[in-house]
Amino acid sequence: MSDAVVPRQAESAVPRAAPGSGWLRRAIESDLFYSFRRSRLTMVAAAVTILFFLLAIFASVLSVQNPFDPAQLQLMNSRISPLWTADGQSPFLLGTDEQGRDVFSAILYGLRISLVVGVLGVLLAGTLGITFGLIAGYVGGAVDGLIMRIADVQLTFPAILIALLINGVAKSVFGNRLDAMSTLAVLVLAIGLSFWVQYARTVRGSVMVEKSKDYVAAAQLIGLPAPVIMLRHVLPNAMGPILVIATINLALAIITEATLSFLGSGMPDTMPSLGTLIRIGNNYLFAGEWWIVAFPGIALAGLILAINLVGDWLRDALNPKLR
Amino acid sequence: MLAFTLRRAIQAIGVLLAVGIIAFSMFRFAGDPVNQIVSIDTPAAEREAVRKSLGLDDPVPVQFARYFINAAQFKFGVSYQFRQPVSNLLIERMPATLELATCATILAMVFGILMGVYSALRRDSFLAKVFQAVSLIGISLPTFLIGILLIYLFAVTLGWLPSFGRGEVVRIGWWTTGLLTISGLKALIMPSITLGLFQMTLIMRLVRAEMLEVLRTDYIRFARARGLTTRAIHFGHALKNTLVPVITVAGLQFGSVIAFAIITETVFQWPGMGLMFVQAVQNVDIPIMAAYLLMVSLIFVTINLVVDILYTIVDPRLRSTISRPA
Repeated sequence: MSDAVVPRQAESAVPRAAPGSGWLRRAIESDLFYSFRRSRLTMVAAAVTILFFLLAIFASVLSVQNPFDPAQLQLMNSRISPLWTADGQSPFLLGTDEQGRDVFSAILYGLRISLVVGVLGVLLAGTLGITFGLIAGYVGGAVDGLIMRIADVQLTFPAILIALLINGVAKSVFGNRLDAMSTLAVLVLAIGLSFWVQYARTVRGSVMVEKSKDYVAAAQLIGLPAPVIMLRHVLPNAMGPILVIATINLALAIITEATLSFLGSGMPDTMPSLGTLIRIGNNYLFAGEWWIVAFPGIALAGLILAINLVGDWLRDALNPKLR
Repeated sequence: MLAFTLRRAIQAIGVLLAVGIIAFSMFRFAGDPVNQIVSIDTPAAEREAVRKSLGLDDPVPVQFARYFINAAQFKFGVSYQFRQPVSNLLIERMPATLELATCATILAMVFGILMGVYSALRRDSFLAKVFQAVSLIGISLPTFLIGILLIYLFAVTLGWLPSFGRGEVVRIGWWTTGLLTISGLKALIMPSITLGLFQMTLIMRLVRAEMLEVLRTDYIRFARARGLTTRAIHFGHALKNTLVPVITVAGLQFGSVIAFAIITETVFQWPGMGLMFVQAVQNVDIPIMAAYLLMVSLIFVTINLVVDILYTIVDPRLRSTISRPA
């Protein structure tokens, strides 16, 4: 108890000299930020991740053409090799593909789609998983049994298989005429439904622990409704592990989307993600046009590696056993 | 023990039933199968006759029961694109997938265990750090990128290995094998590495972690105190106790190796079940999709069941907790 009182007194005694608002200072002084500053590799990985996000956001500013707009593509410019090679031509930094699409621009736009699908997929999976986890843990009994059985069954199947299947079912429902935006929605749905289990299990575990604590009993006594207790009081205590899972799942979701697109069940050629670009480029590998596949591949691998490194660090930093 | 086995078996059948319902309902989502068979100008009466002959006018539960009974006898209907019974197609392609998955698993286990043991014993050596970096790359590189990279290196640039197919195969009964010809073996190398790399990193990390844990235990300290050679301690005592969870995980992973073979088979155009499934998804060939789903879940459920039962036999400590399975 006294531990909690002392810093508060100390804080009130010291005038707020540091610039910036309170939460910023708290973030900078936190253990998490300290451990972040200690790990140079993580700082690089985080910077690379942010760079990828910025590249995706400002894709239309940075690219020399809109690779999705057929009017801007010229067949005259097809199959130009990267700028630094003998046959390189001026605006096309990383060369062009079969249709005269600038590889660099295509990567920026593809990156945008990969990140959108990944982030939305993780958000959907997180929402589903947290909801079911909270319900299973808080309600317990038969509801808990049912949700966790479904989770068990789903966990025995790899996510990529489930995602492929959902994609196949969607195709059979809507026929093969899905437009690009609906395909994107189906991909998000497939990823969301494949990755919810881990969140549900983690949240359920934390809820089971927190449920028996006094503050929950107090909240129940003053008559708060169950959803409020779950969302405002129990959930914040489970946020650490959820954050770790979300980071690592973002990498997995991007891999899954890329794999589906590579297999031909994802984004169409007219609106390619990184995976689609790699599938297209793969066809020209034997013709010696390596740059069409190599640069999207490097972008994808770099993005995933950076996110994984941040996720690994976050897992260790938030794990009290490793401090 | 019997009660435990029974309960697990019932659970396994429940899973298969659930997957069966999903597989069956795909047919119902996919529109009228009669349209897939007859031509556009077929009169309505003839359509009704076809519908009746296929049993599509029966109540849904009757249709489901029929589907399930047929599936239990490995009758999955006729493929829309190949116009052949799906079971024939599956049997034709199963050897390719199983050979690939087995090779990849063996590769992953041998190298995973070797690298894991080494990086646990020489934790700070340069090679151990290299292994750690390799394992991070193995997790971060999507399978298909690894495949493309290998193809570019060994097929396009160096021309040492074939970039697609199984090479020459030898037929033994209904089984076709590529293990007996040189070109078959050469064709197997890159797909096996591609498929096995992820499992290898997984096993390596697991062996390293388990080994580090075991090396801290009292009986290892006691073995040291007894004056046993380092080799006897490391390989006779520590490694042996590490291998139980490793073999379990590798066994459980065999199912996902078969599932991940979808990607590898597509990259290398390997004529297995996975490639057939991907093509079926693209062409909305529901009988193949449903049959593949059922086959894979059968393999999964069987492996899980066998591993669960073996585990309790191997590790007596688990038997006391059997009454309350997690």
